[in-house]
Amino acid sequence: MKLDARCPTGPIESRWDRARFEMKLVNPANKRKYTVIVVGSGLAGGSGAASLGELGYNIKCFCFQDSPRRAHSIAAQGGINAAKNYQNDGDSIYRLFYDTVKGGDFRARESNVYRLAQNSVSIIDQCVAQGVPFAREYGGLLSNRSFGGAQVSRTFYARGQTGQQLLLGCYQALEAQVHAGTVTMYPRHEMLDLVVIDGKARGIIARNLITGELERHLADAVVLGTGGYGNVFYLSTNAKGSNATAIWRAYKRGAAFANPCFTQIHPTCIPVTGDYQSKLTLMSESLRNDGRIWVPKQAGDERPPNQIPEAERDYYLERKYPSFGNLVPRDVASRNAKYVCDEGRGVGESGLGVYLDFSDAIHRLGVDVVKDRYGNLFDMYQHLTAENPYEVPMRIFPAMHYTMGGLWVDYFLMSTIPGLFVIGEANFSDHGANRLGASALMQGLSDGYFILPYTVGDYLVSAKPETASTEDAAFAEAEQHTVAMVQRLMSARGRRTVDSFHKQLGKIMWEDCGMARNAQGLENAIGQIRDLREEFWSDVKVLGGADELNQALEKAGRVADFLELAELLCRDALERNESCGGHFRDEYQTPDGEAQRNDAEYSYAAAWEYRGPQIPALLHKEPLEFEYVHPSQRSYK
Amino acid sequence: MRLTLHIWRQKSPKDKGRMARYDLDGLNPSMSALEMLDVLNEQLTGKGEEPVEFESDCREGICGTCGFMVSGVAHGPMKGTTVCQLMLRNFRDGEELWLEPWRARAFPVIKDLIVDRSAFDRIIAAGGYITAPTGSPQDANCLPIAKEAADRSMDAAACIGCGACVAACPNASAMLFTGAKITHLGLLPQGQPERDRRALSMVAQHNAEGFGGCTNIGECEAVCPKEIRIESIAHLNRDFLVASVRNRANVKPVATASKYKRDPLHVQG
Repeated sequence: MKLDARCPTGPIESRWDRARFEMKLVNPANKRKYTVIVVGSGLAGGSGAASLGELGYNIKCFCFQDSPRRAHSIAAQGGINAAKNYQNDGDSIYRLFYDTVKGGDFRARESNVYRLAQNSVSIIDQCVAQGVPFAREYGGLLSNRSFGGAQVSRTFYARGQTGQQLLLGCYQALEAQVHAGTVTMYPRHEMLDLVVIDGKARGIIARNLITGELERHLADAVVLGTGGYGNVFYLSTNAKGSNATAIWRAYKRGAAFANPCFTQIHPTCIPVTGDYQSKLTLMSESLRNDGRIWVPKQAGDERPPNQIPEAERDYYLERKYPSFGNLVPRDVASRNAKYVCDEGRGVGESGLGVYLDFSDAIHRLGVDVVKDRYGNLFDMYQHLTAENPYEVPMRIFPAMHYTMGGLWVDYFLMSTIPGLFVIGEANFSDHGANRLGASALMQGLSDGYFILPYTVGDYLVSAKPETASTEDAAFAEAEQHTVAMVQRLMSARGRRTVDSFHKQLGKIMWEDCGMARNAQGLENAIGQIRDLREEFWSDVKVLGGADELNQALEKAGRVADFLELAELLCRDALERNESCGGHFRDEYQTPDGEAQRNDAEYSYAAAWEYRGPQIPALLHKEPLEFEYVHPSQRSYK
Repeated sequence: MRLTLHIWRQKSPKDKGRMARYDLDGLNPSMSALEMLDVLNEQLTGKGEEPVEFESDCREGICGTCGFMVSGVAHGPMKGTTVCQLMLRNFRDGEELWLEPWRARAFPVIKDLIVDRSAFDRIIAAGGYITAPTGSPQDANCLPIAKEAADRSMDAAACIGCGACVAACPNASAMLFTGAKITHLGLLPQGQPERDRRALSMVAQHNAEGFGGCTNIGECEAVCPKEIRIESIAHLNRDFLVASVRNRANVKPVATASKYKRDPLHVQG
């Protein structure tokens, strides 16, 4: 396997222009002769499918949900960044590029990040034209806010539902193409294998989730926009259906998997209340602008928060990081919450929670101002927990949120399998080791609207895919492989439910591969994952049939993949002997307890090659070079 | 806490279906209604009985995937709440609940509590969009939009397409859903060029799918988890009327479920 990022050279400002000029174009009359499969219908897949359809390609778009409008992009709250500089506060494409490279802790490709910052500007124009109702000022112009500690106001938003509105914009564009006949939509279909013919991605095996039929779909190129793998932790802010099956099975067909250990944990979520908990609900990070985070000084202090006197409280972020205080980045805030809970000072029934206290803010600003700023969040909190945050402090705890890792792609968003493109959270490309707030939506739309439509065309003209049919031996082999896996899951007839395995896997991952990792814990986790995987295949219990709607069977397939991905994630974390961004190794910290990068040895993207079920994956390294933004140590003291 | 559930069980679209009774004990009042069903399904699977199939995804009230009737009310008794955020503490210990799928001719039951809502996608495909091909727009701030218009547009755009409005309506009308999209786009300057065409084609599709007409009962507004206002339907009616008078274009519905487009390359395994 050879990693060639195909990054253009020359001044960074003109690289994308040059690349676009050098790409080959498809004759308009020939576009409809090409079929492109797009798996996933979120911001990346939906925008990609709609844009390719508009160009005239014949598109088949797949999603496992009942409608493309359900994709998990819909849940993003905060906003989307763009270097418009509408506020005249010194923003520029270069500054967004700089912030993103630095925020990613110098583990992303400069060329990609610069292009992302360039495209951010067009994304806002595109979305407004589609009718996305962004927040506006009284003069009728677009409103911006500062987000995630950025020093400029570059975030565009639609109340707390920015992801929903952006997704509906691209869903509507997609449905317009369905009407026009360029896109055929396959909802309630799950991709279960990638078909590779003569070394090129040529199709997929998909299961019709209503009838259970396996279908063969042929294409000239395949695009995966299937999101991240955060549900490997079981409890996360991801949707219940979010899964890694498409990217994992593509990995097993030869696509390299990059930086799996780069995962992001969000500090402000509502804590777990019991074993039945099915997911974690995010509370906007903006709460940390006015709330103060604390725990009791004494372990095991069970008094209600209002009865703990000021002198017996530990405002640990303010104490350890006097200049940033409660506004330290996501990874630092999350890790410190874990430390205090590990010391037995966590609060709430489970002991896994810290207080986020607004009493000072209410005293200083008055209830009305606090209500105006955070009213909807307070209402949501009260609705879910039955506690009134105006009177008692909120309880929060970190939760798994986003995965920066994913399938390796070159500058053209193509994986190591020719003809297989990977976009959005499913790829590894632009966020390095840590994603900044309001950057995920930007990346998904940049990939789908403004990169994929060019690079797919270039591939089709250069690669000239040969005539093939669904009768090809590769289709038969992939289908048989899928049938065998489904039968194996159905026939295990064991004693344990799929969810019980998933929960156990999540606990292992959270404990040993979560906010802070170390070699011993990771080795321990790998052993436990292997044992659990073996137990899963012999003792999983899936009832019902394979030829009908069967959610337990769907989940079983996804959990089987998570059980393999989890091991690779731990191995990648073990291999990376440094701390950077969301990946924190206890062994590698500065004397102050902060992440200690090792640029001399680890300034690379780790791309793993699958070699078979019993053979360890092989590590390939794509060196990262920083010509413009020079690596420096982050400090928040 | 203890609850008795009566749940609609239907193996397939052709199966007749029946209510089945389940007694649950040891529930936590902090659970959501869906977590309660998770617990039930773990127990059923343990006993070798097939679990109850229901749909959900984000479980934070925004994706619109979940939804069923709770004792006759779409999404249950809490105002502005989807079943995924309906906490058990809102019920009495020992209460009996009846869980049923959305009932509407245009939403056929697929299995247990799951229905087919693809008619909603076809209503959007018929005209619920602004045609703006990727790459063509001008700078976003070249088009100022009054804050009030943008805010009211956003109120309507908050619809999650869950289908509760249809389930609650005695006429099984989808006019709140359709009206919300017509309002969202019709209040914006970008939405004006296609406004007539949008109203005519979306309404034609709505009717072709078998949804009924609105008779101003208001049940839809009462159960809507996003509190979309019934004035959206007034907006729809106005646009439809004006468009009909101005230009009764030759509007044909896109395919309905029975004629759903199949791909010629597709081979059944």
